[in-house]
Amino acid sequence: MVQLELFLQTLIAGILLGGLYALIGMGMTLIMGVMKIINLAHGELMMVAMYIAFWLFTLFHIDPYLSVFVAMPALFFLGIALQKFLINPVMKVDSILPENQVILTVGIGMVLANLATLFFTSNYRSTPVAYATKAFYLTDFWKNAPIELSLSAAWSLSFLIAVLITILLWFFLSHTDLGKSIRATAQDSDAALLMGVNVSRMRAVTFGIGCALVGAAGCLFLPIYYLFPSLGGQFTLIAFVITILGGLGSTVGAIIGGVLLGVFESMTATYLGMGWAPVGRFLIFIAALVFLPGGVASLLREQKFGK
Amino acid sequence: MKKYLPFIILALLFLVPLVGLNSYIMHILILVLIYSLIGMGWNLLGGFCGQVSFGHAAFFGVGAYTAGILYTKLGWSTWWGLLLSLPVVLVFSLVIGFICLRLRGPYFALATLAMGEVFRVTAENLVTWTGGDMGILLRERTWVSKIWYYYIILLLAVGAFLSIKKVMGSKWGYYFVSIREDQDAAESLGIPTTTYKILALCLSGTLTGLAGAFYMNYMGYIDPKVVFNLHDISIVTIMVVMVGGVATYWGPLIGALIMVLLAELIRSNPGLGAAHQTLFGVLLIFIIIFLPNGIVGDFRKIVKLFRPGRAR
Repeated sequence: MVQLELFLQTLIAGILLGGLYALIGMGMTLIMGVMKIINLAHGELMMVAMYIAFWLFTLFHIDPYLSVFVAMPALFFLGIALQKFLINPVMKVDSILPENQVILTVGIGMVLANLATLFFTSNYRSTPVAYATKAFYLTDFWKNAPIELSLSAAWSLSFLIAVLITILLWFFLSHTDLGKSIRATAQDSDAALLMGVNVSRMRAVTFGIGCALVGAAGCLFLPIYYLFPSLGGQFTLIAFVITILGGLGSTVGAIIGGVLLGVFESMTATYLGMGWAPVGRFLIFIAALVFLPGGVASLLREQKFGK
Repeated sequence: MKKYLPFIILALLFLVPLVGLNSYIMHILILVLIYSLIGMGWNLLGGFCGQVSFGHAAFFGVGAYTAGILYTKLGWSTWWGLLLSLPVVLVFSLVIGFICLRLRGPYFALATLAMGEVFRVTAENLVTWTGGDMGILLRERTWVSKIWYYYIILLLAVGAFLSIKKVMGSKWGYYFVSIREDQDAAESLGIPTTTYKILALCLSGTLTGLAGAFYMNYMGYIDPKVVFNLHDISIVTIMVVMVGGVATYWGPLIGALIMVLLAELIRSNPGLGAAHQTLFGVLLIFIIIFLPNGIVGDFRKIVKLFRPGRAR
């Protein structure tokens, strides 16, 4: 019974974590789909959003969840600026290596992480919100439950907001003109251009949206995690593993990949030890590459064609 | 004149320690040669074959730990590591290549980035083998004077330079370049692209592993955070090649010279020391936007810029 309890508890923690991971992965997959580049500054942008939320909390006592509304637009414009002034010019430069833009985003990430260290020191920070230690217990709702499960209030709230943002994004991409144009650009930018879509603007907007999504994820992570300037790198990797797992450029795949990774990671953390979580992350990545090169998205597509 | 330039440079490099430089300058020179060796390895895969890797620290660290583990577990001299790192790194390169080279372009780049991080985490956690975060300490370095270390790394670097030149002049080299230019076209002409990409990765990895094994001998101390470092090894390697010149023979040497001197300059200045990554990042962005082929690759562009009395 204890074993089952532990397993279920790990599963719940994994799904809650996975919801947040999905948000990070979706930002990356959108950028990848439309611009065909990998944004290696993704985690660092999340770190920037976390610092915005942190300072709003420390200086003005604004709840980290509310600062989503500040961090998302801020990151959106930061993303557009980065795209316009740094990434776009490089796309036009003629060079031997086609991966110059990727290396450029590494440079951007380095600068952001180092500037954060300079301005905010490398201390670990966290926001001591009142509800951080609150939790719901299964026995509160069901008196004679055979097993005891708990659900942290902050984690569940973060998860719910992540789901909400995901639904909003889905609505935006499938039901608005702008969203449809973005999807058209991702499918075939030349054809989209011929159909009258302003492709260069779509690229900028998509980069902004990708950054805004990861910014929102940062705000949601802040109450349950701690903050330090070099945390970006590991989240960039997470985002990448999710996109490979989910299928390159697929939004639905990113959601599924995020949840899968979250569950897998919390399983390795419980049964193997915290230090091995990054290795577990990578094992699932290798497994996806070797056995399922197209990611979860390819499975979904097969289902569709089968019918 | 141009024909003899390599020999003149080589002779100068051999004669430099005889002048009697102090050990700090010798240390800088050795660092330059270490980084140019890694850079040459990276350049073979990234520059000539077009497969940008963000995880060369993995090979560097495996080379260093081969030497280190032989020393701690078997009690062998770490110089055996220099020899034995070759097969060990080769095996690791084959495995990494088999997994990561399924991906193309930027996806391969990210896969190698993840690979480098995983090697670091694994080394941190396999405490019985690697000593974890305690690292491996060489109780006694072979020589106190730096001159012999200098000659050994110089020989390694010259050997690497010549073998890269040899490889790039052969059929393999043309295959590598064709893969970089257009993988699909190369495949359709009957070049087994995957095999040649793995070959390039193996060559590149072993050169980097050699540098790692030498680093163990020279520094006498390694730990996972030093040899598997993403910023100080993997990204600095990329910068060395980007600054010097992608897909050029002399690029890595020039890039290593500039990067090591710049790093020392920044580090020695107390006001700038904390900001060295910002400066490196800005330099990287600057190079990519204005000199995408590096100093050697865009040399004509630079000359044109400074030519007097002529409107651009």
